[in-house]
Amino acid sequence: MAEAHPVGFQWVMEAKARGATVIHVDPRYTRTSALADMHVPIRAGSDIAFLGGLINYVLRHDAYFAEYVKAYTNAPMILRDDFADTEDLDGLFSGYDHESGSYDVRSWQYQGAEVEASAGRRDETGVQPEEVVRHAAGQRLQSAAGSEQAGSGGAPLRGTPELDETLQHPRCVFQVLKRHYARYTPEMVEKVCGTPPELFEKVAAELVANSGRERTSAFAYAVGWTHHTVGVQYIRCASVLQALLGNIGRPGGGIMALRGHASIQGSTDIPTLYNILPGYIPMPHAHREQDLATFIEADSGEKGFWGNMDAYTVSLLKAWFGDAATADNDFCFDYLPRVTGDHGTFQTVMDQIDGTVKGYFVIGENPAVGTANSKQQRLGLASLDWLVVRDLNMIETATFWSDGPEIATAEMETGRIGTEVFFLPAASHTEKDGSFTNTQRLLQWHHTAVEPTGDARSDLWFYYHLGRRIRAKLAGSTDPRDRPVLDLTWDYPTGGRYDEPSADAVLREIGGTGPDGAALSSYVELNNDGSTRCGCWIYCGVYADEVNLSARRKPRSEQDWVALEWGWAWPLNRRIIYNRASADPDGNPWSERKAYIRWDAEQGRWVGPDVPDFTATKPPDYVPAADAKGPDAIGGDEPFIMQSDGRAWLYAPAGLVDGPLPAHYEPEESPVRNALYGQQSNPARQEYNRPENPYHPVDGQPGSDVFPFVFTTFRVTEHHTAGGMSRWTPHLAELQPEMFLEVSPELAAERGLEHRGWATVVTARSAIEGRVLVTDRAKPLRLDGRVIHQIGIPWHWGPNGLTTGDAANELLGVSLDPNVHIMETKAATCDIRPGRRPRGPELVTYVAAYRRRAGLETGLEERP
Amino acid sequence: MTDNRLAGPLDDPIAEAGYPADHPERVGFFTDTSVCIGCKACEVACKEWNLLEADGPLDLSGNSYDNTVGLGADTWRHVAFIEQRVPARDKPQADLGMPGVGPPGGDPTDRDGTDVRWLMSSDVCKHCTHAACLDVCPTGALMRTEYGTVMVQDDICNGCGYCIPACPYGVIDQRPNDGGAFKCTMCQDRLGDGLAPACATACPTESIQFGPLDELRERAAQRVEELHERGVPEARLYGHDPSDGVGGDAAFFLLLDEPEVYGFPPDPVVTTGDLPAMWRHAAEAALAAAGAVALSFLGGAR
Repeated sequence: MAEAHPVGFQWVMEAKARGATVIHVDPRYTRTSALADMHVPIRAGSDIAFLGGLINYVLRHDAYFAEYVKAYTNAPMILRDDFADTEDLDGLFSGYDHESGSYDVRSWQYQGAEVEASAGRRDETGVQPEEVVRHAAGQRLQSAAGSEQAGSGGAPLRGTPELDETLQHPRCVFQVLKRHYARYTPEMVEKVCGTPPELFEKVAAELVANSGRERTSAFAYAVGWTHHTVGVQYIRCASVLQALLGNIGRPGGGIMALRGHASIQGSTDIPTLYNILPGYIPMPHAHREQDLATFIEADSGEKGFWGNMDAYTVSLLKAWFGDAATADNDFCFDYLPRVTGDHGTFQTVMDQIDGTVKGYFVIGENPAVGTANSKQQRLGLASLDWLVVRDLNMIETATFWSDGPEIATAEMETGRIGTEVFFLPAASHTEKDGSFTNTQRLLQWHHTAVEPTGDARSDLWFYYHLGRRIRAKLAGSTDPRDRPVLDLTWDYPTGGRYDEPSADAVLREIGGTGPDGAALSSYVELNNDGSTRCGCWIYCGVYADEVNLSARRKPRSEQDWVALEWGWAWPLNRRIIYNRASADPDGNPWSERKAYIRWDAEQGRWVGPDVPDFTATKPPDYVPAADAKGPDAIGGDEPFIMQSDGRAWLYAPAGLVDGPLPAHYEPEESPVRNALYGQQSNPARQEYNRPENPYHPVDGQPGSDVFPFVFTTFRVTEHHTAGGMSRWTPHLAELQPEMFLEVSPELAAERGLEHRGWATVVTARSAIEGRVLVTDRAKPLRLDGRVIHQIGIPWHWGPNGLTTGDAANELLGVSLDPNVHIMETKAATCDIRPGRRPRGPELVTYVAAYRRRAGLETGLEERP
Repeated sequence: MTDNRLAGPLDDPIAEAGYPADHPERVGFFTDTSVCIGCKACEVACKEWNLLEADGPLDLSGNSYDNTVGLGADTWRHVAFIEQRVPARDKPQADLGMPGVGPPGGDPTDRDGTDVRWLMSSDVCKHCTHAACLDVCPTGALMRTEYGTVMVQDDICNGCGYCIPACPYGVIDQRPNDGGAFKCTMCQDRLGDGLAPACATACPTESIQFGPLDELRERAAQRVEELHERGVPEARLYGHDPSDGVGGDAAFFLLLDEPEVYGFPPDPVVTTGDLPAMWRHAAEAALAAAGAVALSFLGGAR
């Protein structure tokens, strides 16, 4: 966190100054470790074993927050009798289909309740059979879009689950949880993670001592947790732990996702993802006979705030299509694009290689060096008809055709690449108005400080004027396929030298307007009859009373500690989500020390320093009527109002495609066998067995010794992601001037690597070189009698810019988490040798020799 | 004491430099290295504000994460990174006396009960109470400001370079292309507008604190006490003491190890401190020599 989020880390330091204990669990000893009270080494890719160990510790020591768990989590829910756990099936859950490599999730549901699974009615049923076949040929079949469709709302659920308030029923979630994690002992943690048991026990004791009525603990994570074939389950595992400890919805608690860029949270809220619409409304699939009503019916929850999904969706369509959207035409629901399969970034690139995707916009990314298996990315780029790159600098993605690695190796020839490349310079954040949404869901406005220079323009300018020109070209068209573009509300006021569209106007549209055209103040005002417009329902109210609330900057000295007048947080300016959980079921604070939101019987409302995340006047003893729907169906003692059952999920009966409980699986490439189960890796992971994407043999398979070391990619403070913003900046380039490889003195001795000398790291995908940084901070791990060496590889470099070097992403293969299609970059295997890598075509020969030795002739080899 | 104005405690170097009694308070930096996260925002903010070039060679130094290596004419803030093996906090220390003892090809995961420690510290000009660089400057380019800081005026500096060996910390440096001497100004051009220096403003963890020197010294003493209470007995201040060899620094530090570990001289002394005595001795010697010569002439005349 100190490395990649130094500005956010100031608050960790502030907490430390007030007496907080800071524990850093990381395969590498980083700047964060240097400032932490404890650095806990761990093998890359083994965090579920570690977190599962903590869950087991909490359960074994009865250290969970019993009242919280019983009242606010789904611990009492009873599961169906046909559910089978990894305990029963040696690492698989019930419902696994070996042929397709995917789960039928029906048996994971509660007894007595019908849960809409993300892979059920939500997508697959409308997918054309040939689509399924095509994907099955190239990969393990996956649902087209998975759990992120549930978004902030959790998965929909119908019916009333059976409960056992005593938590004793053998099939209740609590007992299943206990059995599931019983094998995650400190000894097992050591065996899997390489973490010494005494250190593990110390972490567990600290965490437990700092949780409960009087105290809370927080988790912060970044892509070190998400970039795995089990990435979503890493986060689920932390959620289970925090729910058990009562650390959700209370001050000082929570799980914070440290995002990779300034507004990545914003780009999921108002998504750059293919399978969700703004506010986590699912993107409709290409079902044959689906209208708005059936779409809503299939996806909205019966209970909770998702019950109003119709109002959110209709208001979104009204914001986009304005007067053209009427009740008679289903509010232009048919104008929305439809999902027909996996359209994620990796599938798109493979479709480019296979010739079905012809054009590509690359904006704010640098996939030619910044995405796993960069060669595959460049093969895709080289197969396009046209490519548009908008960036601050002339990044590798824009120049791959003239100086990319394949030109050097003669695998590509500039004259034979047909891609027409358009490079458009982009304005930086200081050169435009706009908002950032950070991990706390906090929108903060930034104002133009200086005008962009030359041809550089903002993204807003680019999209607005592109749309304007396309609409001008289509004007008068009678072709129905042009209607969606022509009917868009595309009337933002423009101003200044460059006709810059007003970012304020866009935010106001997102924030929503009522029947009278005035800005709305809350999403509860949204209607399903077309009378309201709202570009993103969870952002509704950001422009209340015609004020850009995200631009507020009242100093902390002039307001209380929750600082509600600094920026604006969705939803409704709540700073801690689910904060009803900060009070006990009766509405009283769990403790005065951790008091936050409480029921004031005299006023008849919830009060506290934050905006209550609850219907403000719903008393704690409110019991919903049997036929209540939507928010009314949430009881007065059910804080998790976006969840369809009002509870925090220790067990996910729906919403995930790879298991209702996190289980440790080894990464796609691992030097060891899974010590916990017979199942080696996530059985539902997405693999792409293609010639350009071979995977290494895992432990025990022939050839596994060819790639004996673990590597993990990382960021340093001095550079930003793939380097597009930092490698061209002299003041940053000089601070980390060269691509380097972090190795321990022990590994350096074993492989003859010299400090400051060169070394070459090899995988079946490619070989890269870097300067060797031998450091005591890197230390081999001992697990199960074996010594495991881990190599740290920063991924900021590429051939262009002031500071240049090989890209770490050349090394990585593409295998994905099945829920969100994120790639595994944080744990893989490799070899390392002293000296520089071969140049020219010899590089290809060099890597091919490694492949042969590892038995990887085709890249299509069978995987365990 | 008062007859030597080049060394020893000096309450008010600003008045000493000739500013009127209502001069501003003396300001300084308290750099608390115990909370430095090594982000180098200070280095970059300093270069941005003061329009300094990137002067690094784009060559990996191999010196941990420090690639700018030291203070220089174009690097006025510099973050040092020190990697150490220290006795493990939670492990038995019995093996400590025999480092490296073990069977050949022994356990590579065992490092004789040691842990790693990574110290980070942002270095800067100390703005000494007695600044030798200023004392030796023949042109008056180096001056004491109304805030008590020491500053080079580039338009007056003639590039003689006398200041460079005079500095007991090795801070001030000549720019190779124009010969001028350069170092931290404590952002003199910000102070007048009531702004804190760029480095202190950019520091995310308040490792670099800027303010009136008296206040900073108080705060620093409290911080050391606090760290001692929390079981960090190694915390100590450096450069805070007005009775040290430079009369105390306006930029002083909280360190977690000996000063040498961070590249600081353990006992800096103002190199011009002995000048009065030296001049006195020189004068005495000259007088004696003149006397001897005179005597020899007198003798010769006899």
